[in-house]
Amino acid sequence: MTEVQIPSPLRQYTGKQSTVTVPGKTVGDALTALVGQHPDLQRHLYNDDGKLRAFVNVYVNDEDMRYLDKEATPLTDGDTISIVPSIAGGKGIV
Amino acid sequence: MTAAHTSRALSSPVAAGAASGEAAARAVFGRIGNTPLIALDDLTRDLPAVRLLGKAEWYNPGGSVKDRAAASIVGEAQRNGQLAPGKILLDSTSGNTGIAYAMLGAALRFPVTLCVPENVSDERKRILQAYGANIIFTDPAEGSDGAIQIARQLAARHPDLYFYADQYSNDANWRAHYLTTANEIWRQTEGRVTHFVSMLGTTGTFVGTTRRLKELNPRIRCISLQPDSAFHGIEGAKHLPTAIVPPIYDASLADANLEISTESAHAMARRLARQHGLLVGVSAAAAVVGSLQVAENLKKNQPATVVTILCDSGEKYLSERFWEEG
Repeated sequence: MTEVQIPSPLRQYTGKQSTVTVPGKTVGDALTALVGQHPDLQRHLYNDDGKLRAFVNVYVNDEDMRYLDKEATPLTDGDTISIVPSIAGGKGIV
Repeated sequence: MTAAHTSRALSSPVAAGAASGEAAARAVFGRIGNTPLIALDDLTRDLPAVRLLGKAEWYNPGGSVKDRAAASIVGEAQRNGQLAPGKILLDSTSGNTGIAYAMLGAALRFPVTLCVPENVSDERKRILQAYGANIIFTDPAEGSDGAIQIARQLAARHPDLYFYADQYSNDANWRAHYLTTANEIWRQTEGRVTHFVSMLGTTGTFVGTTRRLKELNPRIRCISLQPDSAFHGIEGAKHLPTAIVPPIYDASLADANLEISTESAHAMARRLARQHGLLVGVSAAAAVVGSLQVAENLKKNQPATVVTILCDSGEKYLSERFWEEG
């Protein structure tokens, strides 16, 4: 199981929960399971083509999934996924 | 009505200090404001009676409109003793105000501590560090409101250590625009401005500019813009129904409010870069989207001069994915 951290503006769509636990072997599976549990998240996370919106960044533990295997990034028990709107880019190393 | 109301540079502080420090202070304050007003005529080719103009705020020395508010806040705090020698300027910021404070702190020799959501871009973090500011990273999931809360806690705990600039509550923020931005627009359009359009963030730009423009000509329509959702990617902008509403905000000022989607702002940023050679940031692009909506909703052939604020350039957003889309 993977814990997904929900940013504050999206908690209105997760019943005020700041974290949601979901199954999934990959990041893509986990996000699908998340949206399955909380369907109102769909239009906030994905565009009409079913792609993640350009300003939605997804981190596995502290790594941007863009620099891993994107949605195919494998998950192991205890991993944490964070959904972070880019205010301007990603949370990189300082 | 004449264009006699010329703007003045944000006044420099009169705090005692080394002569070289005063010279640096005068130099940096003197370079803030008086930005060019750029014609975006290609965008309104189908609307021949409309002129669309944008204040190119990246010409400020810190690279954004926020230099105006920061200079006003710092100048006032030095004059009234709140930012006394030895005190640290503290505020929360998602980037541009922080850069402005950091630049002023370096030039005027006062220390700066900033509460910044951890998800601001690397470019911004590195700019802040280059100026020598101290950064406290706050929870990215809590966004700019999370940074505000941390700054408030620090200020309350250490009142003797910090001058809490509090850009969201500080009247010097909107007064910067009342004294400079609005008068520059009036002068640069020779009093012809008919519409003023601006994004809401701290709301200082909209509140200050609108208050002054309405004094100069009460018929000027002032339209505020905000993101269409709490979850958005328009840097510096606030979705007021779900955010901490800045105390300086005055809901009675706007003649209308429009909601802008992040995707439309992204598309406009790409369009301005690729078709007009204008590399602007996401909130500047959002302001252009809103201004075009205002222009398109006018009566046919209604003459209008629509002025908006192009908060910053696109350089600090180059790591975003949207540039590669579309």
